[in-house]
Amino acid sequence: MYSDKVMDHFQNPRNVGEIEDASGVGTVGNAKCGDIMRIYLDIDENQVIQDCKFKTFGCGAAVATSSMATELVKGKTVQEALEVTNKAVMEALDGLPPVKVHCSLLAEEAIHAALWDYAEKNHIKIEGLQKPKSDIHEGEEEEEEEY
Amino acid sequence: MKKMIYLDNAATTRTAPEVVEAMLPYFAENYGNPSSVYELAGASKEAVAKARETIAEILGAKSNEIYFTGSGTEADNWALVAAFEAYQGKGNHIITTKIEHHAILHTCEYLEKVRGAKITYLDVDENGIVKLEDLEKAITPETILISVMYANNEIGTIQPIREIGLIAKEHGILFHTDAVQAFGQLPIQMDADNIDMLSSSAHKINGPKGIGFLYIRKGVKIRSFLHGGAQERKRRAGTENVAGIVGYGCAAKRAADSMQERTAKERELRNHLIRRIMKEIPYARLNGDPVKRLPNNVNVSLQFIEGESLLIMMDMEGICASSGSACTSGSLDPSHVLLAIGLPHEIAHGSLRFTLGDETTKEDLDYVVDKLKGIVEHLRSMSPLYEDFVKNGKKA
Repeated sequence: MYSDKVMDHFQNPRNVGEIEDASGVGTVGNAKCGDIMRIYLDIDENQVIQDCKFKTFGCGAAVATSSMATELVKGKTVQEALEVTNKAVMEALDGLPPVKVHCSLLAEEAIHAALWDYAEKNHIKIEGLQKPKSDIHEGEEEEEEEY
Repeated sequence: MKKMIYLDNAATTRTAPEVVEAMLPYFAENYGNPSSVYELAGASKEAVAKARETIAEILGAKSNEIYFTGSGTEADNWALVAAFEAYQGKGNHIITTKIEHHAILHTCEYLEKVRGAKITYLDVDENGIVKLEDLEKAITPETILISVMYANNEIGTIQPIREIGLIAKEHGILFHTDAVQAFGQLPIQMDADNIDMLSSSAHKINGPKGIGFLYIRKGVKIRSFLHGGAQERKRRAGTENVAGIVGYGCAAKRAADSMQERTAKERELRNHLIRRIMKEIPYARLNGDPVKRLPNNVNVSLQFIEGESLLIMMDMEGICASSGSACTSGSLDPSHVLLAIGLPHEIAHGSLRFTLGDETTKEDLDYVVDKLKGIVEHLRSMSPLYEDFVKNGKKA
């Protein structure tokens, strides 16, 4: 079902944990839908992400995308991190099954939420960053009917 | 070979070697069509009749009340759709429950949306048992059918079938039960249990896949679902799956003969597994009734973690199990059964089902618990829900 890369990141997730006094923390998703992702960012005075940690409640794909997303944003500037899209995360994982694509959206949203928290704390504006949605499943289409 | 412990026997079972053995002659040797007249066909015809008789005897039924189908799902579809059609003159109301298998629930939705049926979906209590007073109250003069599963596939809860059958009988309403998980596991008697129609499937009891049957009580006037030839007393067209039917007969006999001893052993092992999980894994919850429960079913929710992650990690240790999490169903909602017994979504997502088989040993289960403890600890260490729970002083 999953690519080797997804399985690797699920079995050996990178950057699991918390950062005390993090520059920014973002939590997205909800327990109702079965996935919650929390990302911690440690950002230095040059707006470079020095460290990134995550905690995730969710399926194999949710864990793997969290892990990959933290890898991708580490060392990047805040602006560069904004460009880490769900597509980039998915490509880095050699793809996800279609039903799991929403998990990669969760990773993108979690990074954005953490950046938003950082911007608010420091009273700065990050160009191109929008206030994250509280629920990533907002606006998702209803399941198609059978028959 | 990698160690494998198969604990998903409610999904399907290993076809027993003696069942395979019994089936083999009906592929290349006795391949005649039971409907044909020459001698070659006689062996097929006889084999089908013998299997039918075996199954009827187990149920205390007559052999002309057993109709072979392609699956338990087909039997469920047939029973519901054909009963609705046959008894439309009387009414259009069907009573079922919120915890049925999708073969029942989606057929009811179809009848509701496309055929104008009125369906009542009964609630269940926190253990998954239908309340008889709710059933009584739901009955109207238009009620033509009650369909309640014998035992639930996810949480293993056994329904008060005899009492439900009696209520149906007293009101002159047909009673159907989906016994896919119960046939061969529990002693079912059609007359004593007041059942008019019953669905079952061979592959749940070490028989082959692709064969089931619908029991239809003599006098119940439902018509065929598949149209064509005159097979199955003109009620189910299509050349008989001879090898499958032979396999089912053999598996049914095997299950019935070993029932008492096997289920006693399974019950003991089941209770051992439940006890160890509840004792050794914190924040675990047993789903389903502790006593009125299939002998081989264990269903637990492990708080703060998600089912699919659990399954993948267990698979890496060679353990096959299943979960009611949304991620395993391809939708965003967790199992309808777990929601119906009142579990919050996040706890339903962390459910885990083990279903034992006749080959399961105590050593297997001890290995599972030993591995499960580490897996749960690992997944909780990366769960934001657990983090919040700990930060709140372990108060939910």
